[in-house]
Amino acid sequence: MSEVRVLVGTRKGAFVLTSDGSRRQWDVAGPHFAGWEIYHVAGSPAEPDRMWASQSRGWFGQLVQRSDDGGRTWEAVGNDFQYEGVAGTHQWYDGTPHPWEFARVWHFEPSPADADVVYAGVEDAALFRSADGGLTWAELAGLRGHGSGPDWQPGAGGMCLHTIVLDPRDEDRMFVAISAAGVFRTADGGTTWEPANRGLHSAQIPDPDAEVGHCVHRIALHPDRPDVLYMQKHWDVMRSTDGGDSWQEVSGNLPSDFGFPIAVHAHEPETVYVVPITSDGEHYPPDGRLRVYRSRTGGDEWEPLTEGLPQENCYVNVLRDAMAVDGLDPCGLYVGTTGGQVYASADAGDTWAPIVRDLPAVLSVEAQTLP
Amino acid sequence: MIRVVLPAPLRTLAQVHGEVHLDIDGAVTQRSVLDALEARYPVLRGTMRDQGTSKRRAFVRFFACEEDVSHDAPDTPLPERVASGVEPFVVLGAMAGG
Repeated sequence: MSEVRVLVGTRKGAFVLTSDGSRRQWDVAGPHFAGWEIYHVAGSPAEPDRMWASQSRGWFGQLVQRSDDGGRTWEAVGNDFQYEGVAGTHQWYDGTPHPWEFARVWHFEPSPADADVVYAGVEDAALFRSADGGLTWAELAGLRGHGSGPDWQPGAGGMCLHTIVLDPRDEDRMFVAISAAGVFRTADGGTTWEPANRGLHSAQIPDPDAEVGHCVHRIALHPDRPDVLYMQKHWDVMRSTDGGDSWQEVSGNLPSDFGFPIAVHAHEPETVYVVPITSDGEHYPPDGRLRVYRSRTGGDEWEPLTEGLPQENCYVNVLRDAMAVDGLDPCGLYVGTTGGQVYASADAGDTWAPIVRDLPAVLSVEAQTLP
Repeated sequence: MIRVVLPAPLRTLAQVHGEVHLDIDGAVTQRSVLDALEARYPVLRGTMRDQGTSKRRAFVRFFACEEDVSHDAPDTPLPERVASGVEPFVVLGAMAGG
């Protein structure tokens, strides 16, 4: 029977949750790296027992931990993230130039084909690649250097490269998203980049139609339709059907189009999930009801999923990396909250139950489907 | 023999209990102590100072003989009582919890 492993990063450690394919009973292991912020834990599709954890702490900086046995044991690997050449400046919150400074790794994206290749999205925004399993890291500096870098500015959470999407047809094609700069894409493995934000509108920047400066919170695609991209932006849920050439709003009937995560069903490319929150200032669900919204039409028409989720007095948030799907049928869905709950649905969102209720604030959730 | 006291998070990383004891040839300075510490425990690289610039991380402090020597130049000799092992060189995280 298949097994599911859910990798959870929290403010004070990492947890590994495992279940058989029924997804009814869960084993909870952790905390690993107790007391440290774990922004993300990601497993290699090529070798699922290999995984990387981003371990950081404001006092003592960044470490990268790697496991080769499914998260039972870990070893520290390379943590030297040096920007290539002269780091230069980006905009600070007050609009003045600010030197690029490495703070932490927000997200790992392992190669689907090569267990030694993994990408890291970092703050201050840049993309790094390791070809030796995380022992050494090299910046793909064409991203920061393509021209608009000095105009990028931090979102409220810092100037982070938080999303890396690899095109399943060709790993040289990838998309990244940066808060608050927007989406950028490459077709040559990261040597050259261009912005891909046409159609985004943001009231928070002087030119609301500018192509760079948008606070994109998360993007996602389905491997069967890699030219269809979905986006949760600072405000607005968006879709692109032309590989990022243009974007159209698909917020439709959502109670709020502000939120952080967005995910696509494992087997239905038009089925999309978001978790609306009230506003940029009120990072909790409207009306104190935690509702995951599902669209089966690629956006615009949304239905609330509530069964098993708290429907009163709920004021948690689901952060951008804290929603994931597994590959089973029916598709499993997982959300982790800033209140420390991890909710699971084994029926594509129709019903939910908590796996755990009282973890530290959840920063990230990934799901691995194992044979 | 140089005695070094690490904060709990770094002791956990380095998998040590209690003080670390180091032998250093030549001048005993912040730089030579940290070099020796990182050589023995590579996992500590980057946790106390930047790996590229060697600049001390902002929230890390170095104490010696009940003095904060964090702002001393890294090649300034540490007090004789540290160099002789009577007093420890203390690495700690700045006040503010965590």
